[in-house]
Amino acid sequence: MAQESGSIRFILNDTEVALSEVAPTATLLDYLRLEHRLTGTKEGCAEGDCGACTVLVGRLVRDGRGEEGLVYESVNACIRFIGSLNATHVVTVEHLAAKDGTLHPVQQAMVDFHGSQCGFCTPGFVMSLYGLWLTNDNPSRAAIEKALQGNLCRCTGYEPIIRAAEAAARERPSALFDPITRTREAVTARLEALRQTETIVISKGEDCLILPVDATDLARVLAEHPDATIVAGSTDVGLWVTKQMRSLNPVIFIGGIAELQRIESSEAGLTIGAGVSYTAARDALSAAYPTLGCLIDRIGGDQIRNMGTIGGNIANGSPIGDSPPPLIALGATVTLRLKDSTRSLPLEDFFIAYGRQDRKPGEFVESVFVPALHAGQHFAAYKVTKRRDEDISALLGAFRISLDGDRVKTARIAFGGMAATPKRAKAVEAALIGQPWTEDTIRKAQAAFEADYQPITDWRATAAYRLLAAKNLLMRFFLESTGEIVQLQRFEEVA
Amino acid sequence: MDKSAFEDRTTITGPMHAPLKHDSAHKHVAGTADYIDDMPEPAGTLHAALGLTDRAHAEIVEVDLSAVAAVPGVVCVLTARDMPHSNDISPTHLHDEPVLADGRVQFHGQPAFAVIAETRDIARRAARLARITYRDLPTVIDVVDAMATGGEFVTPPLTLQRGDAEGALERSPRRLKGKMRIGGQEHFYLEGHIALAVPGEDDEMTVWVSTQHPSEIQRMVAQVLGVPVNAVTVNVRRMGGGFGGKETQGNQFAALAAVAARKLRRAVKFRPDRDDDMTATGKRHDFLVDYDVGFDDDGHILAVHANYAARCGFSADLSGPVTDRALFHADNAYFYPNVKLTSEPLKTNTVSNTAFRGFGGPQGMVGGERIIEEIAYALGKDPLDIRKLNFYGDGDSGRDVTPYHQKVEDNIIRRIVDELEASADYQARRAAIIEFNRSNRVIRKGIALTPVKFGISFTLTHLNQAGALVHIYTDGSIHLNHGGTEMGQGVYTKVAQVLADSFQIDVDRVKITATTTGKVPNTSATAASSGSDLNGMAAFDAARQIKERLVAFAAERWQTTAENVSFVPNHVKIGEELVPFAELIRQAYAARVQLSAAGFYATPKIHWDRATGRGTPFYYFAYGAAVSEVSIDTLTGEYLVDRVDVLHDVGRSLNPAIDLGQIEGGFVQGMGWLTTEELWWDEKGRLRTHAPSTYKIPLASDRPKIFNVRLAEWSQNVEKTIGRSKAVGEPPLMLPISVLEALSMAVASVADYRECPRLDTPATPERILMAVERLRQI
Repeated sequence: MAQESGSIRFILNDTEVALSEVAPTATLLDYLRLEHRLTGTKEGCAEGDCGACTVLVGRLVRDGRGEEGLVYESVNACIRFIGSLNATHVVTVEHLAAKDGTLHPVQQAMVDFHGSQCGFCTPGFVMSLYGLWLTNDNPSRAAIEKALQGNLCRCTGYEPIIRAAEAAARERPSALFDPITRTREAVTARLEALRQTETIVISKGEDCLILPVDATDLARVLAEHPDATIVAGSTDVGLWVTKQMRSLNPVIFIGGIAELQRIESSEAGLTIGAGVSYTAARDALSAAYPTLGCLIDRIGGDQIRNMGTIGGNIANGSPIGDSPPPLIALGATVTLRLKDSTRSLPLEDFFIAYGRQDRKPGEFVESVFVPALHAGQHFAAYKVTKRRDEDISALLGAFRISLDGDRVKTARIAFGGMAATPKRAKAVEAALIGQPWTEDTIRKAQAAFEADYQPITDWRATAAYRLLAAKNLLMRFFLESTGEIVQLQRFEEVA
Repeated sequence: MDKSAFEDRTTITGPMHAPLKHDSAHKHVAGTADYIDDMPEPAGTLHAALGLTDRAHAEIVEVDLSAVAAVPGVVCVLTARDMPHSNDISPTHLHDEPVLADGRVQFHGQPAFAVIAETRDIARRAARLARITYRDLPTVIDVVDAMATGGEFVTPPLTLQRGDAEGALERSPRRLKGKMRIGGQEHFYLEGHIALAVPGEDDEMTVWVSTQHPSEIQRMVAQVLGVPVNAVTVNVRRMGGGFGGKETQGNQFAALAAVAARKLRRAVKFRPDRDDDMTATGKRHDFLVDYDVGFDDDGHILAVHANYAARCGFSADLSGPVTDRALFHADNAYFYPNVKLTSEPLKTNTVSNTAFRGFGGPQGMVGGERIIEEIAYALGKDPLDIRKLNFYGDGDSGRDVTPYHQKVEDNIIRRIVDELEASADYQARRAAIIEFNRSNRVIRKGIALTPVKFGISFTLTHLNQAGALVHIYTDGSIHLNHGGTEMGQGVYTKVAQVLADSFQIDVDRVKITATTTGKVPNTSATAASSGSDLNGMAAFDAARQIKERLVAFAAERWQTTAENVSFVPNHVKIGEELVPFAELIRQAYAARVQLSAAGFYATPKIHWDRATGRGTPFYYFAYGAAVSEVSIDTLTGEYLVDRVDVLHDVGRSLNPAIDLGQIEGGFVQGMGWLTTEELWWDEKGRLRTHAPSTYKIPLASDRPKIFNVRLAEWSQNVEKTIGRSKAVGEPPLMLPISVLEALSMAVASVADYRECPRLDTPATPERILMAVERLRQI
């Protein structure tokens, strides 16, 4: 039995807090506004889409070489639960200006370039721009737009905000000026001291939240509480609370479990821990599989990618999750753990029906293994949405084929948004395998989509559009393999 | 002799026409600008949540609220019967809009009760526990349903006509008819609706509301409570965006907060969740336009007959003036020799649609531009050529009369369009795009130049009035208050500039104060782009009164004449003497000169007779034009806006920085309306796009990749507006009609431009792809 302690401890701006009474789904936004009257952070939507509640969360992160460092990421305070903040540094807009009121360069540039009108979204923009400013002193327009994908402004049309971001990047008066740079070492030391070494349990009445200390502890806790809700990034679960007003009890926070944060690369492929965020996984996936970097860049905004995990995207089993289709097309397997035993299964078999996955009570997704692409395998994933960025897929298609001479040898195709689960297009695959890799073959295979999918009509797209676009994505995949330019690109470079 | 550091200064900070920063910019970026939810709450403040219904049209058989009331922390539950005096908040006094549904549900999500609880979280959770029994009634969700089932109107329709449209259509060498659906739009102000009601002694009630129309809130709260209007004070320092969505839609929240505050004698705050806000408040009207146009082989329009049918929702709200304004802008910048325009403000079982930046004008204009596009494709010409043929002419041309019989006397559209065509290199780029489309199979491009002519004034003439209250204190500092509300558009900044300019003092000597019904009464909504025009003039009038008194005083005290007294930077020049402004004020006070004035302004010249469809509803017109270039993917319908060039007329700008912001922001907001922003109701009449996860407004990465915006710096208003400026709030929203038409051209390329693609809006990737498919079949 691991030791237990009973408080969530973190640094809020320059004050250390220890909370021994925390409701399982208490949000950071309410805590800031109601408990501390830090009202600069706004609620615009309470679902992680508008960015008015953006704050930075700093935490100690191990990089690819195993070096640990203090990394600050933008997050949505509205759907971030307090329980997930242990051993972090939360920075709000009130922390930026100097004590004498002198604005931070990011803030001053927003003033100078008329980057605010009604001003309600502005603190959120300032925080996203600040996150960019900390890591990039010469951002491209692509990088700025990416940093702002999770921030909505209804007044300015964004142009002055972009100009402010460019100007601010060059303004670095001195290291002492910036509140994060100035305290980096001290905060690192304090976060090391706050690092969780034992299970944290906070319960009061029916309320209970648990932070297991490692994966074995998680397995134990889940076995004891098979009905518990596991929370990693809370980018989905957050909305169960803020929108559906669901009472979740107990809640198990896994963000602090180092083993689940690992990405292991081998010749065989990548193993991604269930707690790895989209942001953390991006570069490894992008390097190994073409188009996946660009795809991840279109999942939510930075705030969501910094919080949300690939493991959570799989475990929740949404038919419109963006990671399952490409992972299925790549032949990924998912590993689940129940107490001390693990099992692996093809990812496509994990999704049984709408809202139903092959996960037993007490079992959790531990990792996903993605096989490496072999020479001769072509791969691409395409997301189609109403709005290009920060939108949920109308459909998402992923294709992996290999050729034997000019004929199709293997084909794995999977789509999201076309059925009640992420699903392979087996009829289309069959129509391709053994056929010459020609436009004529593609045209014939397109018809097979109708056998594979009977999509629904909803607010994201009609069934007719989904089917037509799916057929056309196969054509896009073919045309790209022939070198034809068939995709719109806003910028040459990738952010 | 003045020895201050300012002795040599010849200018002030923040005069009219200077690109002054928004007065709250510093507070915005620091997070210290207080919106209503940021204000310290009075002790014991309670919180409210709406109880929503889940039928589009039904009789309420029974409402069981016992489970709601039983939740610990719930203080009371209000229903229609709890309204002390009246359950009506219809802004046009048609008694068609209840605060809470009473006996009948008229749209899916219509509030039937409100929960008041110790915390907002408790109120929201409790609101879900009601058990309501319904008896379903037939539903009418869409405009087409409404027309098919008899077409009940929520307000009387309008007809505009001049000449003989039917006869001219029959005689025209060419004629074509078509239909277009134009989607609605959610405002998506970043700050949702909010009201905080604080009960006072006797019958007094103070309400802080995020509203564009404090006087309306004041009247509605008084009406619902059954108290005189003078018992209610409404305050608003700033809104986190309005866009028309806070012109009438805040009434329900303010009224409910006030009723609860009166009943419980505690402060009550009402801040609906975003989803409830989007469900229970109105939006931009969507329209179905039927058009019939006659023209000659060159493309001259000979006659237009068009009908504009609008989904108004269950009540009138502002649908009358909105649908009127659609007709007022169906001509855009074009002369129709013979014309008949009709509106159909249709009743539907949906939330009551309301004001939204442009107020029907954009929908009218989109229909008018579709007609131009149709003619161009029919004749195989560039739509720009058709536009030029049909622009309003000068006074002696006989082509200067609108369908509502107002003469266009300030027409500058030709100069705007010619300058933009040249500066944007339109012709060469269009030729290059046609060439590009010949050699690219999947990616296609389009370009379009579209104009805007937008009428400025409330078409309900009596609304064109405003007041301001100006005090000068004994230290020479100035207190400014007026009826305009600040929603980000910078009206507070502009009016402060007017005052600084009038007195020739630095603008930081002017204290901008929250709009309140207690200082300036009987105000009109800050709407119709009129905020700076009206309130700027009212403040100017207040300053004039005080200055006249100061001049008379100075002339007497310094033994000179009024002509020898002038206001110079931070001083008053009296004869040869420079007296610091504050010093003159101190002496004027000591001499018992009144240092306060209430200013007033009423727009001259305008009148409108709706019954005959004749008059001069607009004081002047604002003009502009845009060139947009886009690329589409003909496999998926996805698109990018590659470049936009804008030339826009704001007269002599009061503040070029703020005006540029209005143009850029209005453009992107209008682009969202025409492209990705889609309202989607299911078969039950339930709006399914009620949050930013499902309703997609533009992001930074959607804005034009190249975005060149210029003011027509040579323009000044021919009318005597404040500083000869022009209104800027709404007109730029219509510039992105150029984006829609550029998308259309890219689509048309797949059939070699032989066919008008007839894109409906919003032109989502789906609509683009389906239009491509349709044209490929031809």
